[in-house]
Amino acid sequence: MLEIKNLTAKIDDKDILKGINLVVPDGEVHAIMGPNGSGKSTLSYVLSGRDGYEVTGGSATFDGQDLLDMEPEARAAAGLFLAFQYPVELPGVNNANFLRTALNAQRRARGEAEIDAVGFLKLSRAAAKRLSMPDDMLKRNVNVGFSGGEKKRNEVLQMAVLQPKLAILDETDSGLDIDALKIVSDGVNALRGPNFSALVITHYQRLLDHIVPDRVHVLAGGRIIRSGGPELAHLLEAEGYAAVVAEAA
Amino acid sequence: MVAVAETLEAVQSVTDGGYKWGFSTDIEMDMAPKGLNEDIIRLISARKNEPQWLLDWRLKSYAAWLKTEEPDWAKINHPPIDYQDLHYYAAPKKTAGPKSLDEVDPELLRTYEKLGIPLRERAILAGVEGAEDERPPIAVDAVFDSVSVATTFRETLAKSGVIFCPISEAVQTHPDLVRQYLGSVVPAGDNYFAALNSAVFTDGSFVYIPKGVRCPMELSTYFRINARNTGQFERTLIIAEAGAYVSYLEGCTAPQRDENQLHAAVVELVAFDDAQIKYSTVQNWYPGDADGKGGIYNFVTKRGACRGARSKISWTQVETGSAITWKYPSCILLGDDSVGEFYSVAVTTNHQQADTGTKMIHIGRNTTSTIVSKGISAGKSNNTYRGLVRVMPKADGARNHTQCDSLLIGDQCGAHTVPYIESRNPTAKLEHEATTSKIADDQLFYCRQRGLSEEDAVGLIVNGFCKEVLKELPMEFAVEAQKLLAISLEGSVG
Repeated sequence: MLEIKNLTAKIDDKDILKGINLVVPDGEVHAIMGPNGSGKSTLSYVLSGRDGYEVTGGSATFDGQDLLDMEPEARAAAGLFLAFQYPVELPGVNNANFLRTALNAQRRARGEAEIDAVGFLKLSRAAAKRLSMPDDMLKRNVNVGFSGGEKKRNEVLQMAVLQPKLAILDETDSGLDIDALKIVSDGVNALRGPNFSALVITHYQRLLDHIVPDRVHVLAGGRIIRSGGPELAHLLEAEGYAAVVAEAA
Repeated sequence: MVAVAETLEAVQSVTDGGYKWGFSTDIEMDMAPKGLNEDIIRLISARKNEPQWLLDWRLKSYAAWLKTEEPDWAKINHPPIDYQDLHYYAAPKKTAGPKSLDEVDPELLRTYEKLGIPLRERAILAGVEGAEDERPPIAVDAVFDSVSVATTFRETLAKSGVIFCPISEAVQTHPDLVRQYLGSVVPAGDNYFAALNSAVFTDGSFVYIPKGVRCPMELSTYFRINARNTGQFERTLIIAEAGAYVSYLEGCTAPQRDENQLHAAVVELVAFDDAQIKYSTVQNWYPGDADGKGGIYNFVTKRGACRGARSKISWTQVETGSAITWKYPSCILLGDDSVGEFYSVAVTTNHQQADTGTKMIHIGRNTTSTIVSKGISAGKSNNTYRGLVRVMPKADGARNHTQCDSLLIGDQCGAHTVPYIESRNPTAKLEHEATTSKIADDQLFYCRQRGLSEEDAVGLIVNGFCKEVLKELPMEFAVEAQKLLAISLEGSVG
């Protein structure tokens, strides 16, 4: 379970998060929607531990562990996965090798046995197949020469292989065509279960037609100003953020 | 006392982590007095029971050295080297010319075992040894300070006519071959350090592959500097007759010492028609400590002559060690359609300085050369690529492709690229590409978010950066090199 209490954070002396309160119980998918500059990506980076974001107050725990006190790789090993808005290219680094190294690093950190090359090949191929992705995605270098859509699909493939307990999807739908959107959504839905929860950050209602959230939160000005069921997303789509933000103010 | 020393060592190995080959071997040595003069050269020659022509050649080289100035064009800085303050000959006492491994000092065998160098000829029989251990055998020549202490698999090689032995032995057993080729690629007075080497070289490997023979196994020389205040001046000579093929590997380490040690080697390769020589180096001489104290000064002249048509010489090097690296493995492309290749990874950290690259001299028609250089700088180090591509007037259709990539880690290091391109033939096609990049914070964060530690992430990114070069190394060496890269860069981030 992810529990965020009164979380405040700043970048370069600029306050971005101004007191976030949010609980995502195991097994639930929560959507975070909001206008540009409201702090959505900052929230995802603060939770995953990126440098440059200074937490000024509040707390964030995952399964009782103090996330904010952990190195990024320890958060990953604890089960937190961030699907990047802009996936990073790693020239010369083979996707499969990268994933296996990552998976084994996580397993080592958790005190589990490492998985060998053959076992990994089976696992990763099966994941690629489930997501209707060609095998050669695994053979290519991490995100190098990938189209925008391929990069996002690769994030979902990594997620499928790493099997996180909590996934944060940072605008994974941006730049995707309808088909890719469906593949990405199927990937997330396939992981849904009692031990998986997700924070889906998006601008648009359309992703939430495919990944139906348990809760929808509206983030504006660094605070969650409104929460509701899936119908809230439809309201936002119909009326725009401005109306909802004005109403909350 | 012993316990204290051991504790100190253990503490040291934890605190400065990096260099894992820094132990020294306590062994009785036969040392020449310090200093360099004609008498010392006569002593070396006498110790090795050399013929007069070789002594004369040494003395001529010494005279040339005296007339030459130490080069100052490389982007390196060091206090003046006192050439009179070095021992020019150091040999383990018991092991002068062992006939078999049984005669080698067990202390030496243990040293090489510790280094992971297989000096035991393990008979590899199908079904006898475990599948895990079924690696292809590699013949090894182990050079300890000034002498070769063991050469393995010589009998197996002899069956196919391949000669693989210490050069000091080849002087005795194959004097005509040595006399014909020694100094034929790198003349005695070629440069300051080559002249010095020619005057005082002590040992090294000699390889001869007869016509049409494909050498049945990888050949390898393992160089180890052990003695204090000693220079190592090894000399390697490889000759591949028409249609021959050989893959040769070279590895180097040295103990961790506070003073600088001098290493000035010369390597000469000769390839005739259709012959191929693949020369791979993993150089891991002691680089000095985090403050730049100690470390090997590595001044090396390596050159290959593609004398025959369609001959090919490939240099692959992974340079992670030495306080100073001054090294330009080169190809003289004399034969028509001959091919020269240079693949290099040079890593510098702390206060290391590397000025390395290649020379490709196109003389024959339709000669081709490829240069791929990857420089990685971290800490306060400086890493320079210096390369020459020269096309002579008769080299119609010559082609070169050069790619120089630099990767910076941190903000106190330097990467420099100094290409010299000279074309005297209008049909030549020369390409030069260069990039400089930094390991970006977002790359590191991306890896860490997936569960990798920062150091593993750097290792992965650096290995990806070097991939084009590493894939040129023989498989087992490539694995070692990958680990070495990661170890070398430990602690260089953050």
